[in-house]
Amino acid sequence: MYAAIVFLPLLGFLIAGPFGGWIGPRPSEIVTTSLSFISALLSWIVFFQVALGTAPATVSVIGNWFTSGALKADWSLRIDTLTAVMLVVVGTVSSLTHLYSIGYMSDDPSRPRFFAYLSLFTFAMLTLVTADNLVQMFFGWEGVGLLSYLLIGFWYEKPQANAAAIKAFVANRVGDFGFALGIFLVFSLTNSVGFDQIFAAAPGLANRTVHVFGLDMDAMTITCLLLFMGAMGKSAQFLLHTWLPDAMEGPTPVSALIHAATMVTAGVFMVARLSPLFEQAPAALSFVTIIGATTAFFAATIALVQPDIKKVIAYSTCSQLGYMFVGLGVGGYSLGIFHLFTHGFFKALLFLCAGSVITAMHHEQDMRNMGGLWKRIPFTFAMMTIGTLSITGFSYTAGYYSKDAIIEAAFASDRSGAFYGFVLTTAAAGLTSFYSWRLVFLTFFGAPRWATARLGSGHDHIAHDHDAHGHEGHALDPHESPLSMLIPLGVLAMGALCAGFVFADDFIGKGAGEFWKSALFLGPDNHILEQREEVPWFAKQLPTLLMVFGFLVAVLFYVLAPAIPGRLARGARPLYELLLNKWYFDELYDTIFVRPAFWLGRLFWKGGDGAIIDRLGPDGVAAWVVDMTGRAVKLQSGYVYHYAFAMLAGLAALITWYVASGVR
Amino acid sequence: MTISLAQFLIVAAILFTLGVAGVILNRKNIIVVLMSVELILLSVNLNLVAFSAFLGDLTGQIFALFILTVAAAEAAIGLAILVAYYRNRGSIAVDDINMMKG
Repeated sequence: MYAAIVFLPLLGFLIAGPFGGWIGPRPSEIVTTSLSFISALLSWIVFFQVALGTAPATVSVIGNWFTSGALKADWSLRIDTLTAVMLVVVGTVSSLTHLYSIGYMSDDPSRPRFFAYLSLFTFAMLTLVTADNLVQMFFGWEGVGLLSYLLIGFWYEKPQANAAAIKAFVANRVGDFGFALGIFLVFSLTNSVGFDQIFAAAPGLANRTVHVFGLDMDAMTITCLLLFMGAMGKSAQFLLHTWLPDAMEGPTPVSALIHAATMVTAGVFMVARLSPLFEQAPAALSFVTIIGATTAFFAATIALVQPDIKKVIAYSTCSQLGYMFVGLGVGGYSLGIFHLFTHGFFKALLFLCAGSVITAMHHEQDMRNMGGLWKRIPFTFAMMTIGTLSITGFSYTAGYYSKDAIIEAAFASDRSGAFYGFVLTTAAAGLTSFYSWRLVFLTFFGAPRWATARLGSGHDHIAHDHDAHGHEGHALDPHESPLSMLIPLGVLAMGALCAGFVFADDFIGKGAGEFWKSALFLGPDNHILEQREEVPWFAKQLPTLLMVFGFLVAVLFYVLAPAIPGRLARGARPLYELLLNKWYFDELYDTIFVRPAFWLGRLFWKGGDGAIIDRLGPDGVAAWVVDMTGRAVKLQSGYVYHYAFAMLAGLAALITWYVASGVR
Repeated sequence: MTISLAQFLIVAAILFTLGVAGVILNRKNIIVVLMSVELILLSVNLNLVAFSAFLGDLTGQIFALFILTVAAAEAAIGLAILVAYYRNRGSIAVDDINMMKG
């Protein structure tokens, strides 16, 4: 059964990928979607058996991948509670996204390719979460990176989609470089890449040092920092976050599946999976906290002013990932994973709702051209409201349990950096509330600006230009999406509402011990879950207060007095520009990395390769040969008497030499 | 007066040189080249016959007869090629024949 969960999506890819053009789009959709639904169903069964039930955690080896000396990597399925949670998130969101895509992509000509990619992505993600050694994890890690690249660039006719795909790939390479170095270091320290061996060896490594760049550093700290660098790239954390907003060039279901619910959470999963290592490296955990908190706050500030509906949700994803890392960084691995779990539901819900809005608006993504949509698409509006309630942490929704738990843990923890994490995540909670409600109000309330706005500048529309209605000048008529898109919204909304109070006790409450069993490692001094229960009431209530405050400000700005935001933007122009331009990170990286890289590349290309190697090497030799033959050709005049003369002269010379040197 | 071997050889050498000069210096006509080649052959013949007579060995004279035969055949073939060439190219001037130019 475990193998079926992982390999059914691969089967779907093998059918829809090579044979998609032959069997047609509709069968491809049906095959991949039904296979991913079976996989999701099996995942839930595993979740109930392993996580909620008493079935033991198992590692089943499928086969040996390679063995080279001590380096031994197997293809294996490690099924424990952590994996089961990830299986549920990946399986559920993936299957619902498949279903949703049937409606969303219905007028795209290359649907088989899209569905094949989706299924292959699911497979790669599942191999990542079921890995029993770092090498298989790296395989899945790179696999999801590749599929992310392919799906961001799915509409490859669009130059900006290609640019975004390459950006995502390159930014991820930076992180993966660190991850790979981390794996090497783990291998050189423990002589193994298998999790069981690493975890067994981890406590003994607590005070080892490694000699790097002439410095003696704590081995576990530097290992964990390198591994976390991989997580930063994959999970779009501060400094390596720039690719995630650009990744919104991909189709919206891709954003929901890959860039909200699953792939970007791989970093969180990895840190939680390697908790026995991170527990030995408090300094690295503090770093995780600081980076996570910075990301949570920084991304939230950008989300405040973005006009593009998907960009807002993208920055919100970035910010929520920051929360997860704060949870991990203060030692509450289950808190991070719980937020990952609930976030998977409500963020996928928000993205799919945004997709529904975009479909209704005929591929318009700019919220300034929306408004007043709630009467036209009431179901989407209701679902979006649920998602927003959940992300802002409204009482008893999923986000309330997971996010507030992280903030409380940050307050309760006495690790260094935890208070910084508490302050920034609390502030970000208020910002989250504001930008989420801003999105809802701009989209669904107010005057219907689409009635007058000139449309046709949508970002999501390449494949849809043949779409008969909407672009041709007559009035736009937003309509509700087809049923295949609404069902996933309903299911995810259930998750966004209920996942919190149903599972909170198991994930992070009193039942956590039996729930996680030995999947997560907590050091002997790590009592964060108990400490969290004892925080004073103001720390508990502060996020909720800020949430209400953010909501009220959003109501004031976008419902009661719509003139205020414009005045504020003009009044604080530099701040507004800073946020609108994403803190100028793209420009900064362009100056620091991209331009020098281009300059260096051009230097090596024109100077090194062209002017030196080619000129002296192949090109030079070839030119010399041509030159020489050109001269030799002149000897061949074609006149017989020239040849005769040459022969005679040669003969005469020979005889002369013969005679002069004496007859022998 | 008796004609010595040296005088025969001098005549033959003059003829030979004339023939070679005719091949190399001639710019007019292929037929002249053929005639020059004949001249070279004849000078060689003269040498052979002269040595034969002076050494009292008939081999040289028989050899000369062979060379005459070969020269006749060569002239026939050469002229035939010449005619065929003229039909194709419409010229037998030496300066026009340079198709082997690289």
